[in-house]
Amino acid sequence: MLRLQKLTKTYKTGDQALKAIDLEVPKGQVLALIGPSGAGKSTMIRCINRLVEPTDGGVHLGDMDLTKLGSSALRKARREMGMIFQEYALVERLTVMENVLSGRLGYVGFWRSFLRRFPQSDVDEAFRLLDRVGLLHMADKRADELSGGQRQRVGICRALIQNPKLLLVDEPTASLDPKTSRQIMRLITELCKERGLAAIINIHDVALAQMFVPRVVGLRFGEVVYDGLPTGLTPGKLTEIYGEEDWEATIEKVDDEDIEATE
Amino acid sequence: MPVLEREGAQIWRRRTTRESLVRWFGWFLGTAVFVYCWQIISASTTWFFVWDAPRIADDIWTRATPPKWGYITQLGGPIWDTLNIATLGTLISLCLAVPVAFLAARNTTPSALVIRPIALLIIVSTRSINSLIWALLLIAIIGPGVFAGVVAIAIRSIGFCAKLLYEAIEEIDHSQVEAITATGGSRWQVMAYGIVPQILPAFAGIAVFRWDINIRESTVLGLVGAGGIGLQLSASLNVLAWPQVSLILIVILAAVVISEWVSAKVRGAII
Repeated sequence: MLRLQKLTKTYKTGDQALKAIDLEVPKGQVLALIGPSGAGKSTMIRCINRLVEPTDGGVHLGDMDLTKLGSSALRKARREMGMIFQEYALVERLTVMENVLSGRLGYVGFWRSFLRRFPQSDVDEAFRLLDRVGLLHMADKRADELSGGQRQRVGICRALIQNPKLLLVDEPTASLDPKTSRQIMRLITELCKERGLAAIINIHDVALAQMFVPRVVGLRFGEVVYDGLPTGLTPGKLTEIYGEEDWEATIEKVDDEDIEATE
Repeated sequence: MPVLEREGAQIWRRRTTRESLVRWFGWFLGTAVFVYCWQIISASTTWFFVWDAPRIADDIWTRATPPKWGYITQLGGPIWDTLNIATLGTLISLCLAVPVAFLAARNTTPSALVIRPIALLIIVSTRSINSLIWALLLIAIIGPGVFAGVVAIAIRSIGFCAKLLYEAIEEIDHSQVEAITATGGSRWQVMAYGIVPQILPAFAGIAVFRWDINIRESTVLGLVGAGGIGLQLSASLNVLAWPQVSLILIVILAAVVISEWVSAKVRGAII
């Protein structure tokens, strides 16, 4: 459903963040994108919805090449791609409800959105989603009153209310504690399964990625160096992605946690 | 490196000897210039008037007290005019300053090469000319009266408000803007949802702060004929009616104190 074709990004400074990436994500597949800081993970997902303009190559969503779109067609295409951010990126001074409804901005005209007159169906859907993530009672709170995990749930609602086909998730757990991180990852993967969404999840935590996703792509210096099952991440592979380090502990920890989870 | 080897120990100094000498010479030069200027000023001062000052001040003080309290009945209208000049001027200037600020901020300007310099020029030129001078110009153009005062205050405040506002716009959290853009919102929606909520507290603070300043500025506009209580002040000064002058000063002081109090309250409520 999503196909990256020789996707390349060269920054003005001359840094090549992405070197001709080829990647195909079938409908409904959740994949984790791992790699060291600066490998181009964030750049890659921002090139997909063109928050960062790719230098070269193509991004095909369905049968449409996103890199060729004009600005109004691009806005239409962005509605199909929900995005979830590392620091939540909620509009801090707006309420939870306003933040969730802001996911409908691509569908609603300026004055309706400015006067907060969203269609009733959108409001119903917002309540449904808030209920699904367990934040119904928070709907009227201001976003900056929420804890990190709660904010990320609101971020998830905002992405889902777009009714997307694809989720672009940028480090969803990087500012959360380990328990909340798992809850958020579980929520994202569950919701993707419920709705048949594809997702690309940038993630630092290899163990967490292995727990929740069926496919892992490893990025290093803007190139794909691993693409396969999470179980295939041997110490050798991890060294190839991240560089030399003792990986046994990381992998063992995963095994422990898996046992814990199945118990 | 100001590290000296002496008797095997490493001695650290903040500056090298050369640097210290240069600094000492700089201070010496500064002091010399100061003393020289002092001499010139002293030579061209008519000291007779300076020695005379306490006596004159005392003389004016005795003439000006007690204030002519009955005169207050004639001051209600002018002080009301002054408040209106300040308030209307501030409102108009805010309407004009908002678009200028968005054009001047690096992250919202449509063109950093053409439009941004124009917006910055508007900011600098309106800010650098005092409101009294604006009033003088406007009185020549649109005639004396309250309206000239309102326009003078409005023009003078554009630069101030726009500058503070565009700095606030440049300091917003970009990720919130990114998030709204990613939903497929239009340029105006991104502005209304991603940027405006972030700058609203700054905007309210700037508006009240400028209103407070404008009350003080509008009290003197009457001196050049632009309406308000300054008109009464200049009339009273011209006929040396000191008891009236002292009463006007008291009224102005009261107005400023009240405006300070209001703006402090409002700012406290916002932040």
